[in-house]
Amino acid sequence: MAAKKFPIEAGHIMMFARAVGDPNPIYHDADAAADTEPGSVIAPPTFYQSSAQYDPDYFLRPKIGEPWFGSGKNPTGIPPKRTGGDGGTGLHAEQRFEYFRHVSPGETLTIKTRPGKTWERQGKRGGNLTFSENITEYFDESGELVVRATGVGVRTEKVVESD
Amino acid sequence: MALQASKIQVGDTHTQKLTDDLSRTQIVQYAGASGDYNPLHSDEIFTTKVAGYPTVFAHGMLTMGMTGRMVTDYVGDGRLTAYGVRFTRQVWPGDALTATATVDAVREENGQSLVDLSVSTVNQDGDVVVMGKATARIDP
Repeated sequence: MAAKKFPIEAGHIMMFARAVGDPNPIYHDADAAADTEPGSVIAPPTFYQSSAQYDPDYFLRPKIGEPWFGSGKNPTGIPPKRTGGDGGTGLHAEQRFEYFRHVSPGETLTIKTRPGKTWERQGKRGGNLTFSENITEYFDESGELVVRATGVGVRTEKVVESD
Repeated sequence: MALQASKIQVGDTHTQKLTDDLSRTQIVQYAGASGDYNPLHSDEIFTTKVAGYPTVFAHGMLTMGMTGRMVTDYVGDGRLTAYGVRFTRQVWPGDALTATATVDAVREENGQSLVDLSVSTVNQDGDVVVMGKATARIDP
């Protein structure tokens, strides 16, 4: 599941750039950006991941009126959502972006997702590891592919310890 | 300013400090901007008592985004054609992170000069937290 439409908004880009600690004016100052080579505010390289904001079913966002597995005063006992690809105790193993063009506020991208490869490996600390790719393609209003994102999730049989 | 093929060489490096002390608040900021509210990144009770980790940890995508700043500062705005990383180690609140790009190749494709970079970010112990590759259009 993913968002079908991703409106690119200046305020969202500004907040995203702040969150990743990037003070470059091209992400928040339209006047300064006009004097740069791209000629306008553009999205930072990993901004496309935030299309999750527009996915009505995104499983890592609390839904109004629905139980949430994160804690309130105490743990809720609601089973954790499955993460990291297609399920299990999962983590994000790898992420790749291919840029055919960098997008600007005012555009609306159309998103298509498809599963990629799946493979297994024996982990040193985490037992058996299952990797699965998810490919997300972002198209502009003229139907041109602007960005392809490939995420790799890994499911482990037990919690990975950090040394 | 974009890079110029005539002024860089294989083996050149560019290093930037990303943070001295990654704050829990920055991790929350990233959750809000990205929309990834996985409690593992902000909910200490859930993360320690339910998931069994020592404390909350940063989204891999936050480290990738912070590292991306180093890459775009080096190659210039709007120049990236590819950027990918593997998440090799968790990043915890309080970590100090430093990112480095190394020139792997300077090449030409269909008349366009390109640079291929290896990218890595290390924590205060020198452990690699993300490593990957980037490619950017550069000037001749």
